[in-house]
Amino acid sequence: MSKDNISIDAEKKKTPAHGMGHGPMGRGMVGMAEKPKDFKGTMRKLIAYLKPYRVLISVVFVFAIASTIFSIASPKILGNATNQIVSDYVKANAYDQITAKLPAGYQIPAGTNGNDFLKNLPEAMLSKIHSNTLDSIKSLDLSQKPTFNFGKIRYYAIILISLYLFAALMTYIQGWIMSGVAQDISYKLRRQISEKINRLPLSYFDKRTYGDVLSRVTNDVDTLSQTLNQSLSQAVSSVVMIIGILAMMFWINWLMTLVSLVLLPLSILIISFIVKRSQKLFKDQQNSLGDIDGHIEEMYAGHNVMRVFNGKARSIAKFNSINDKLYESSWKSQFLSGLLIPITTFVGNLNFVGVAIVGGWLAIKGTIQIGDIQAFIQYVNQFNQPVSQVAQITNVLQSAAAAAERVFEFLEEKDELAELAKPVVLNEVKGAVEFDNVVFGYSPDKTIIHKFNTKIEPGAKIAIVGPTGAGKTTMVNLLMRFYDVSKGAIKIDGVDIRDMRRADLRKLFGMVLQDTWLFNGTLKDNIAYGKPDATMKQIESAAVAASANHFIHALPHGYKMELNEEADNISSGEKQLLTIARAMLAKTPMLILDEATSSVDTRTEILIQKAMEKLMKGKTSFVIAHRLSTIRNADLILVMRDGNIVEQGKHEELLKKKGFYASLYNSQFVTSKTA
Amino acid sequence: MIKILKFLKPYWLWIITFLVLVVIYVVATLQLPDYMAKIINQGILPQDNSVVWHTGLLMLGVSLLGGIATIGVNYYASRIGSGFAKDVRTAVFSKVEDFSLTEFNRFSTSSLITRSTNDIQQIQMVLIMVLRQVVQAPLMGAIAVAKAYHTAPSLSWIIALAVILMLGLIITVFSIAMPRFQLLQKLIDKLNLVTRENLTGLRVIRAFNNEKIQEKKFDDANRTLTDTNLFVNRLMVVMFPALMLLFNFAALGIIWYGAKLVSINNLEIGNMLAFMQYAMQIIGAFLMFSFVFIIVPRASVSIKRVMAVINTKPEIKDPDKPIKPTKSSGLVEFKNVTFSYPVADIPVLYDISFTAKPGQTTAIIGSTGSGKSTMINLIPRFYDVTSGHILIDGVDVRDYKLENLYTKIGYVPQRGVLFSGSVESNIKYGAPRAKESVMTEAARISQSTEFIGKLGNSFEAPVSQGGANLSGGQKQRLSIARAIAIKPEIYIFDDSFSALDFKTDLNLRTALAKEVKQKTVLIVAQRISTILSADKIIVMNDGKIVGQGNHKKLMKENKVYQEIAASQLSEEELKAYQVGVDRQKTANLKMVEGGAK
Repeated sequence: MSKDNISIDAEKKKTPAHGMGHGPMGRGMVGMAEKPKDFKGTMRKLIAYLKPYRVLISVVFVFAIASTIFSIASPKILGNATNQIVSDYVKANAYDQITAKLPAGYQIPAGTNGNDFLKNLPEAMLSKIHSNTLDSIKSLDLSQKPTFNFGKIRYYAIILISLYLFAALMTYIQGWIMSGVAQDISYKLRRQISEKINRLPLSYFDKRTYGDVLSRVTNDVDTLSQTLNQSLSQAVSSVVMIIGILAMMFWINWLMTLVSLVLLPLSILIISFIVKRSQKLFKDQQNSLGDIDGHIEEMYAGHNVMRVFNGKARSIAKFNSINDKLYESSWKSQFLSGLLIPITTFVGNLNFVGVAIVGGWLAIKGTIQIGDIQAFIQYVNQFNQPVSQVAQITNVLQSAAAAAERVFEFLEEKDELAELAKPVVLNEVKGAVEFDNVVFGYSPDKTIIHKFNTKIEPGAKIAIVGPTGAGKTTMVNLLMRFYDVSKGAIKIDGVDIRDMRRADLRKLFGMVLQDTWLFNGTLKDNIAYGKPDATMKQIESAAVAASANHFIHALPHGYKMELNEEADNISSGEKQLLTIARAMLAKTPMLILDEATSSVDTRTEILIQKAMEKLMKGKTSFVIAHRLSTIRNADLILVMRDGNIVEQGKHEELLKKKGFYASLYNSQFVTSKTA
Repeated sequence: MIKILKFLKPYWLWIITFLVLVVIYVVATLQLPDYMAKIINQGILPQDNSVVWHTGLLMLGVSLLGGIATIGVNYYASRIGSGFAKDVRTAVFSKVEDFSLTEFNRFSTSSLITRSTNDIQQIQMVLIMVLRQVVQAPLMGAIAVAKAYHTAPSLSWIIALAVILMLGLIITVFSIAMPRFQLLQKLIDKLNLVTRENLTGLRVIRAFNNEKIQEKKFDDANRTLTDTNLFVNRLMVVMFPALMLLFNFAALGIIWYGAKLVSINNLEIGNMLAFMQYAMQIIGAFLMFSFVFIIVPRASVSIKRVMAVINTKPEIKDPDKPIKPTKSSGLVEFKNVTFSYPVADIPVLYDISFTAKPGQTTAIIGSTGSGKSTMINLIPRFYDVTSGHILIDGVDVRDYKLENLYTKIGYVPQRGVLFSGSVESNIKYGAPRAKESVMTEAARISQSTEFIGKLGNSFEAPVSQGGANLSGGQKQRLSIARAIAIKPEIYIFDDSFSALDFKTDLNLRTALAKEVKQKTVLIVAQRISTILSADKIIVMNDGKIVGQGNHKKLMKENKVYQEIAASQLSEEELKAYQVGVDRQKTANLKMVEGGAK
């Protein structure tokens, strides 16, 4: 049967965040910043979270600043080395030019320097020589060819090597510490969320999907940790870098600095324009993606129906129109966001050209040296990165704040009502249950149970009947205190259940629900779920009593068989038997049961029924009943409709009433010639 | 995997333009250091201002050209990448639309969805990235190497060393990190699993007071995830400072050894600085190119998954020579039908033969796994029989044009499958041109009129994806209305009444009875009460027909049927029913007699 049904439930569970507005694709994409509702407040809370790490974070900041300063200093020193080479080269060149004109074999006497040579030159020639060349010629010893000052160059090289090494080491240490802090915080947040899940009242989950909570645990915490990991120290070093580079550039030459800064506002303007435009396009793309995913999911899930009703052509037509839209927004957003790099590169190149021209001109004038141009070019190249980082930091912070906000929002939700300071502890439970003027509604404005009164004797069997969706699980919710009554009280052996600890109350009930919740683990662990310290013998005898032993042994690995993630490697009937075994093992004085319906074949059904009967013996049991035999011999039948308890009483009494129950009951047996 | 490149074919003109632009960009970018060298060698050192200006303007022009070329490169990369993805997506989707259940089972629905969405998206991202950044890298590297070698052959070893060190670094880091990246994905899945377990099992966890155990479970997953994350992060943190160090040492090395060459007049200063720029471009190009080895394997998984879909030939398609039946009444015949799922050893259905006649209701009952649903799924060819024949109006279903076969069948699935749109679009899904009256009539028969009226916008009321805004019973009723609206000759109900309460069920079937009087009706049922009055009941057990006949006959003769009946109804009730049926029959008889008079 399951083979014939195309089911996407499993997949839906796997990707809960899909199509929820902030799914995995939604965030983290270029230029997609989600805005938090309260940026300041969230930031304050986030900073409070960072407080225990303040020493580490200060160290990170100090290291970030130091490594940035080191890396800012190095181009200038490298430039100095180049200057040294250039000036040595100029001297050597001048010597060559002077000596080239001398007759062959002529030896310049020792002690002759450039000054002596210049004195002999005619005025006309002298004026042609540039002033800074003149300076280097003046101090030139003409008696021998000048050599390169490699000692000085080596000195610069050693300084540079140590600077580079220090900067690298500090960058690494800083990253090492920060990833530790970020991971630590993510760990804590995730743990808090997981604990919070167990403290929230069930009503919280009425309004929200599981996917929403799941995406807070994974996506939001991830976004936050990534921001902490990278952006925090990056922001600091970017700012230091901008200031430092500017200072160095001005130090080298103000004119060149101004020339390169002329382009800065231009590039910032272009960047912010692109970011803004592409944000809108990314949103369009995201919407189209959502549409197309939705259509694909829907069509694949309903493939049979689509096929048999000849819907293929229409389905493909719809797909094509969404796909076209997706293509448009996709290439445009890709193009626009892809412009960021070429445009900044282009502006960088313009800068490069500007620096080369102005620098060349200044160098000829002798205002600066070639090594300075080289250093300057390096600075210009380095400048772009921190600028665009700072430009994006607001986006990054905003999406981090939005993520943090969702996490905090969840953590700050109101907990379940606190337990009493001195809870009542029942020692021996008889199992008498009393509903005393119970009033209840899932939301305050819609009461569904109005002043419900009844007394149930210990060991009685209560059947809850009604059409699908009539609210039969409401009774379960109230008895187990998943929800609290609005008015009145539910009493067990005369004690208001709100006076007990929730844990103690819940220990009184065994529960077997239609919605058989089993977890990813072995069969043995699943049976022992309510009693983790149970021995293998106890587990096996519970399974025998629940008629589960037989099929368990027929399965591969028997009790040690692992249920898979979706718990669909055993049949639904087998699952039900397992949950019965689970309840058997827990040995509770009272029971809440949900009878199997049509999803189980008849023979398994008989097994389940027998197991349930065995389980119920002598215990006060609440049974959500579908089977007539259960209903008829119940001590009390509660008839539910649209959430309300509309009738209560025994089978015969209710039939005599000729009310809703009677019509429900009779409709099963009067058939007409039907399809 | 390479086959996916055929989807690039329509874009060949764009690709050529793109490649030309890449060449322009690369050449322009590498021209700049040459001009700079010229400025230094022929401008600054000989102190010639005109060379500086002249060359500077040339540089400006070249970098402008390069800039325009990159914009073009980016433009075509985006268009080619997105267009490619669009075409692949269309190919995959229309292929899947032709799949039968055999293919759906082979891939699984969820996997098909991922292949059509995420996998293609992944491929698009990688393709655009490759076009934008990786394609230019080998060209850039090659030209820069040539230029660098030409400028100062004796310094080339510095570049070679730097490249080797860098590749070594990348390979080391990623060979440690890669398996952990995969592990990380698994750990995240695990964390999600535990969280989902906590959420879906909220009641059970609380009922058994096992909050602490679940928290512990979560904490274990959380701890391993955090530790692995930390390790990977700290490993990746190495990359940036190490690469910086490499670039810086390369520059320093060039200055140091370059100075020696300059001192013996083997190298001009401007050329030394140009060499440095080349070196940076070369190392950068290798860095870019090494990304290929990181991103392409990731994409290749997706490509393989997508190509597997595209290369699949659907098993069930239109016949080469379709046959049209001479008469059309909706007579369904199974002749010695045996069916087994692909790769399964044992058949699900053995030698099934029966006839379902127009004007009759044929019900199929049996325990889970007995093959009931499989049997009726063979009629609309969700699967094809392994051997034997299924005939409709005397023609094998495999000889029908699919479209014609489908118009004969009103199929109602087990779960009410609806599509997003409106109530109207859903009821008229199989008959988009149906008249208003047909729709309202279908709604009336399916007992939907009342709740549609309550939806607010009547037939215009929106239906969300999968019909999530409607209850199970409402969905079932609408999918019944959808089948009625196409006025089929054959109705197939695959346990389609299970979500209805007894009363609605009864009303619906009474109304339906009139509609389907002349039609062939096949019902798969779990509840015996649903089929008590069927003309023919087929009892299935382990893929075989173990009994045929009406309720009365089967109650007398058929053991399996007796068992099923006994498990659902008490003796008393069975008797009570019998009285009801007899009374009904007498009433029907009287009506017929009355009509005859």
